[in-house]
Amino acid sequence: MAELVTFIILGLLALVSALMVITRHNAVHSAIWLVITLFAVGGIFLLQHAEFLFAVQVILYVGGITVLFLFVVMLVDIDVQLKQARFARQWQLALVTAFLVVAQLGYALYNHGLGLNLPSRPMVPAPAQNTQAVGMALYQNYMLPVEIASILLLVAMVGAVIMAKRKLQ
Amino acid sequence: MIPTEYYIFLASALFTIGVIGVLTRRNVLIILMSIELILNAVNINLVALSQYFKSVDGQVFAIFVITDAAAEAAVGLGLIIALFRNKETVNADEIDLLKW
Repeated sequence: MAELVTFIILGLLALVSALMVITRHNAVHSAIWLVITLFAVGGIFLLQHAEFLFAVQVILYVGGITVLFLFVVMLVDIDVQLKQARFARQWQLALVTAFLVVAQLGYALYNHGLGLNLPSRPMVPAPAQNTQAVGMALYQNYMLPVEIASILLLVAMVGAVIMAKRKLQ
Repeated sequence: MIPTEYYIFLASALFTIGVIGVLTRRNVLIILMSIELILNAVNINLVALSQYFKSVDGQVFAIFVITDAAAEAAVGLGLIIALFRNKETVNADEIDLLKW
Protein backbone atom coordinates (compact mmCIF):
# COMPACT_ATOMS: atom_id res chain seq x y z
CA MET A 1 0.00 0.00 0.00
CA ALA A 2 2.72 2.45 1.00
CA GLU A 3 4.58 1.37 -2.15
CA LEU A 4 1.58 2.25 -4.31
CA VAL A 5 1.16 5.66 -2.65
CA THR A 6 4.86 6.39 -3.24
CA PHE A 7 4.49 5.33 -6.86
CA ILE A 8 1.47 7.60 -7.37
CA ILE A 9 3.20 10.58 -5.77
CA LEU A 10 6.39 10.08 -7.80
CA GLY A 11 4.46 9.45 -11.02
CA LEU A 12 2.31 12.57 -10.61
CA LEU A 13 5.42 14.60 -9.74
CA ALA A 14 7.17 13.32 -12.88
CA LEU A 15 4.18 14.02 -15.15
CA VAL A 16 3.37 17.48 -13.74
CA SER A 17 6.97 18.66 -13.85
CA ALA A 18 7.33 17.22 -17.37
CA LEU A 19 4.31 19.32 -18.40
CA MET A 20 5.97 22.34 -16.79
CA VAL A 21 9.17 21.63 -18.80
CA ILE A 22 7.34 21.88 -22.10
CA THR A 23 5.13 24.86 -21.20
CA ARG A 24 7.45 27.35 -19.44
CA HIS A 25 8.40 30.56 -21.25
CA ASN A 26 11.84 30.81 -19.66
CA ALA A 27 14.28 28.04 -20.60
CA VAL A 28 15.95 28.31 -17.16
CA HIS A 29 12.63 27.41 -15.50
CA SER A 30 12.27 24.50 -17.93
CA ALA A 31 15.71 23.22 -16.93
CA ILE A 32 14.84 23.44 -13.21
CA TRP A 33 11.58 21.54 -13.77
CA LEU A 34 13.56 18.98 -15.78
CA VAL A 35 15.69 18.40 -12.66
CA ILE A 36 12.51 17.60 -10.69
CA THR A 37 11.30 15.21 -13.42
CA LEU A 38 14.65 13.42 -13.45
CA PHE A 39 14.63 13.09 -9.65
CA ALA A 40 11.11 11.65 -9.75
CA VAL A 41 12.11 9.14 -12.43
CA GLY A 42 15.13 8.27 -10.27
CA GLY A 43 12.77 7.67 -7.36
CA ILE A 44 10.77 5.31 -9.56
CA PHE A 45 13.98 3.40 -10.31
CA LEU A 46 14.60 3.16 -6.56
CA LEU A 47 11.05 1.89 -6.07
CA GLN A 48 11.88 -0.96 -8.44
CA HIS A 49 15.06 -1.82 -6.49
CA ALA A 50 17.34 -0.58 -9.29
CA GLU A 51 19.63 1.21 -6.86
CA PHE A 52 22.61 1.45 -9.19
CA LEU A 53 20.52 3.02 -11.93
CA PHE A 54 19.16 5.53 -9.39
CA ALA A 55 22.73 6.58 -8.56
CA VAL A 56 23.60 6.81 -12.26
CA GLN A 57 20.45 8.86 -12.90
CA VAL A 58 21.24 11.36 -10.15
CA ILE A 59 24.97 11.68 -10.91
CA LEU A 60 24.79 11.68 -14.71
CA TYR A 61 21.42 13.21 -15.55
CA VAL A 62 20.81 15.60 -12.67
CA GLY A 63 24.45 16.39 -12.01
CA GLY A 64 25.80 16.33 -15.54
CA ILE A 65 23.33 16.82 -18.34
CA THR A 66 21.16 19.41 -16.59
CA VAL A 67 24.17 21.50 -15.64
CA LEU A 68 25.25 21.37 -19.29
CA PHE A 69 21.76 22.53 -20.28
CA LEU A 70 21.82 25.40 -17.77
CA PHE A 71 25.22 26.53 -19.07
CA VAL A 72 24.00 26.70 -22.65
CA VAL A 73 20.73 28.37 -21.64
CA MET A 74 22.79 31.06 -19.92
CA LEU A 75 25.04 31.41 -22.99
CA VAL A 76 22.23 32.08 -25.44
CA ASP A 77 20.06 35.15 -25.22
CA ILE A 78 17.19 34.72 -22.76
CA ASP A 79 15.76 38.24 -22.89
CA VAL A 80 14.92 37.96 -26.59
CA GLN A 81 13.36 34.54 -26.05
CA LEU A 82 10.98 35.84 -23.39
CA LYS A 83 9.36 38.30 -25.80
CA GLN A 84 8.73 35.73 -28.51
CA ALA A 85 6.00 33.16 -29.01
CA ARG A 86 6.52 29.92 -27.13
CA PHE A 87 4.98 27.53 -29.63
CA ALA A 88 5.78 26.97 -33.28
CA ARG A 89 3.39 27.84 -36.08
CA GLN A 90 2.47 24.21 -36.67
CA TRP A 91 1.27 23.58 -33.09
CA GLN A 92 -2.28 22.51 -34.07
CA LEU A 93 -0.94 19.94 -36.54
CA ALA A 94 1.60 18.88 -33.92
CA LEU A 95 -1.14 18.32 -31.33
CA VAL A 96 -3.11 16.22 -33.82
CA THR A 97 0.01 14.13 -34.46
CA ALA A 98 0.60 13.77 -30.71
CA PHE A 99 -3.03 12.72 -30.29
CA LEU A 100 -2.48 10.03 -32.94
CA VAL A 101 0.54 8.79 -30.97
CA VAL A 102 -1.59 8.69 -27.79
CA ALA A 103 -4.35 6.84 -29.63
CA GLN A 104 -1.91 4.23 -30.92
CA LEU A 105 -0.35 3.77 -27.49
CA GLY A 106 -3.78 3.57 -25.86
CA TYR A 107 -4.96 1.04 -28.43
CA ALA A 108 -1.87 -1.07 -27.92
CA LEU A 109 -2.16 -0.91 -24.12
CA TYR A 110 -5.92 -1.50 -23.81
CA ASN A 111 -6.17 -4.06 -26.59
CA HIS A 112 -6.38 -6.95 -24.16
CA GLY A 113 -8.19 -5.26 -21.35
CA LEU A 114 -6.08 -3.60 -18.73
CA GLY A 115 -3.55 -6.42 -18.59
CA LEU A 116 -0.78 -6.39 -21.13
CA ASN A 117 -0.60 -10.16 -21.62
CA LEU A 118 2.98 -10.13 -20.50
CA PRO A 119 4.59 -13.53 -20.83
CA SER A 120 4.68 -15.33 -17.51
CA ARG A 121 7.59 -14.35 -15.35
CA PRO A 122 10.41 -16.78 -14.68
CA MET A 123 10.52 -18.09 -11.15
CA VAL A 124 14.16 -17.31 -10.45
CA PRO A 125 14.62 -14.99 -7.48
CA ALA A 126 15.81 -11.45 -8.15
CA PRO A 127 19.53 -10.88 -7.58
CA ALA A 128 19.96 -9.63 -4.03
CA GLN A 129 22.81 -7.21 -4.72
CA ASN A 130 21.63 -4.96 -7.53
CA THR A 131 24.90 -3.09 -8.07
CA GLN A 132 26.91 -6.29 -8.06
CA ALA A 133 24.53 -7.96 -10.52
CA VAL A 134 24.60 -4.97 -12.89
CA GLY A 135 28.40 -4.81 -12.69
CA MET A 136 28.69 -8.52 -13.43
CA ALA A 137 26.39 -8.16 -16.44
CA LEU A 138 28.23 -5.06 -17.70
CA TYR A 139 31.72 -6.53 -17.53
CA GLN A 140 30.92 -10.11 -18.50
CA ASN A 141 28.06 -10.39 -20.99
CA TYR A 142 28.15 -6.79 -22.22
CA MET A 143 31.91 -6.26 -22.45
CA LEU A 144 31.94 -5.29 -26.14
CA PRO A 145 28.94 -2.91 -25.87
CA VAL A 146 30.65 -1.16 -22.94
CA GLU A 147 33.75 -0.61 -25.07
CA ILE A 148 31.64 0.66 -27.97
CA ALA A 149 29.80 3.02 -25.60
CA SER A 150 33.13 4.41 -24.39
CA ILE A 151 34.22 5.03 -27.98
CA LEU A 152 30.86 6.72 -28.60
CA LEU A 153 31.45 9.03 -25.65
CA LEU A 154 34.94 9.85 -26.97
CA VAL A 155 33.53 10.66 -30.42
CA ALA A 156 30.77 12.79 -28.85
CA MET A 157 33.33 14.70 -26.77
CA VAL A 158 35.54 15.43 -29.79
CA GLY A 159 32.45 16.34 -31.83
CA ALA A 160 31.16 18.74 -29.19
CA VAL A 161 34.54 20.47 -28.90
CA ILE A 162 34.86 20.86 -32.68
CA MET A 163 31.24 22.04 -32.96
CA ALA A 164 31.64 24.74 -30.32
CA LYS A 165 35.04 25.95 -31.55
CA ARG A 166 35.08 29.48 -32.85
CA LYS A 167 36.68 28.85 -36.21
CA LEU A 168 37.91 25.77 -38.04
CA GLN A 169 41.35 26.05 -39.59
CA MET B 1 4.08 -4.93 -5.39
CA ILE B 2 2.99 -2.49 -8.07
CA PRO B 3 1.73 -4.07 -11.32
CA THR B 4 4.18 -3.67 -14.19
CA GLU B 5 1.36 -2.20 -16.31
CA TYR B 6 1.27 0.92 -14.12
CA TYR B 7 4.91 1.63 -14.91
CA ILE B 8 4.22 1.17 -18.61
CA PHE B 9 1.25 3.57 -18.46
CA LEU B 10 3.39 6.14 -16.66
CA ALA B 11 6.15 5.70 -19.23
CA SER B 12 3.76 6.14 -22.15
CA ALA B 13 2.31 9.31 -20.58
CA LEU B 14 5.81 10.74 -20.11
CA PHE B 15 6.71 9.71 -23.68
CA THR B 16 3.63 11.54 -25.02
CA ILE B 17 4.50 14.72 -23.10
CA GLY B 18 7.97 14.55 -24.61
CA VAL B 19 6.59 14.08 -28.12
CA ILE B 20 4.28 17.08 -27.68
CA GLY B 21 7.24 19.14 -26.48
CA VAL B 22 9.39 18.17 -29.47
CA LEU B 23 6.62 18.93 -31.94
CA THR B 24 5.26 22.20 -30.56
CA ARG B 25 8.07 24.22 -29.00
CA ARG B 26 10.17 26.73 -30.95
CA ASN B 27 13.17 26.87 -28.63
CA VAL B 28 15.76 24.26 -29.67
CA LEU B 29 16.96 23.91 -26.06
CA ILE B 30 13.51 22.89 -24.87
CA ILE B 31 13.21 20.47 -27.80
CA LEU B 32 16.43 18.83 -26.53
CA MET B 33 14.95 18.71 -23.00
CA SER B 34 11.85 17.00 -24.41
CA ILE B 35 14.11 14.40 -26.02
CA GLU B 36 15.55 13.76 -22.55
CA LEU B 37 11.98 13.24 -21.29
CA ILE B 38 11.38 10.66 -24.05
CA LEU B 39 14.60 8.84 -23.16
CA ASN B 40 13.56 8.78 -19.50
CA ALA B 41 10.22 7.23 -20.45
CA VAL B 42 12.13 4.51 -22.30
CA ASN B 43 14.28 3.94 -19.23
CA ILE B 44 11.22 3.52 -16.98
CA ASN B 45 9.94 0.85 -19.38
CA LEU B 46 13.31 -0.93 -19.49
CA VAL B 47 13.68 -0.97 -15.71
CA ALA B 48 10.06 -2.07 -15.12
CA LEU B 49 10.36 -5.00 -17.52
CA SER B 50 13.83 -5.92 -16.22
CA GLN B 51 12.27 -6.10 -12.74
CA TYR B 52 9.35 -8.12 -14.10
CA PHE B 53 11.60 -10.72 -15.73
CA LYS B 54 13.99 -10.74 -12.75
CA SER B 55 16.97 -10.03 -14.96
CA VAL B 56 19.39 -7.11 -14.96
CA ASP B 57 19.71 -6.98 -18.76
CA GLY B 58 17.09 -4.22 -18.97
CA GLN B 59 18.97 -2.12 -16.46
CA VAL B 60 22.19 -2.57 -18.46
CA PHE B 61 20.35 -1.31 -21.54
CA ALA B 62 19.05 1.65 -19.51
CA ILE B 63 22.67 2.50 -18.68
CA PHE B 64 23.48 2.46 -22.41
CA VAL B 65 20.48 4.73 -23.05
CA ILE B 66 21.79 7.17 -20.43
CA THR B 67 25.22 7.06 -22.13
CA ASP B 68 23.59 7.92 -25.44
CA ALA B 69 21.62 10.72 -23.78
CA ALA B 70 24.85 12.23 -22.45
CA ALA B 71 26.54 12.00 -25.87
CA GLU B 72 23.46 13.45 -27.56
CA ALA B 73 23.22 16.35 -25.10
CA ALA B 74 26.92 17.21 -25.54
CA VAL B 75 26.80 17.19 -29.35
CA GLY B 76 23.36 18.86 -29.48
CA LEU B 77 24.36 21.68 -27.17
CA GLY B 78 27.60 22.17 -29.13
CA LEU B 79 25.48 22.46 -32.29
CA ILE B 80 23.22 25.02 -30.58
CA ILE B 81 26.23 27.15 -29.57
CA ALA B 82 27.59 27.05 -33.14
CA LEU B 83 24.12 27.90 -34.46
CA PHE B 84 23.64 30.81 -32.06
CA ARG B 85 27.02 32.20 -33.02
CA ASN B 86 26.16 32.15 -36.71
CA LYS B 87 22.46 33.04 -36.81
CA GLU B 88 21.78 34.74 -33.43
CA THR B 89 18.71 32.57 -32.89
CA VAL B 90 17.73 29.34 -31.14
CA ASN B 91 14.26 29.14 -32.69
CA ALA B 92 13.65 25.97 -34.66
CA ASP B 93 11.40 27.68 -37.24
CA GLU B 94 13.98 30.37 -38.06
CA ILE B 95 16.60 27.77 -38.96
CA ASP B 96 15.61 27.31 -42.60
CA LEU B 97 18.90 27.28 -44.47
CA LEU B 98 18.09 23.93 -46.12
CA LYS B 99 14.51 24.88 -47.02
CA TRP B 100 13.64 26.12 -50.48
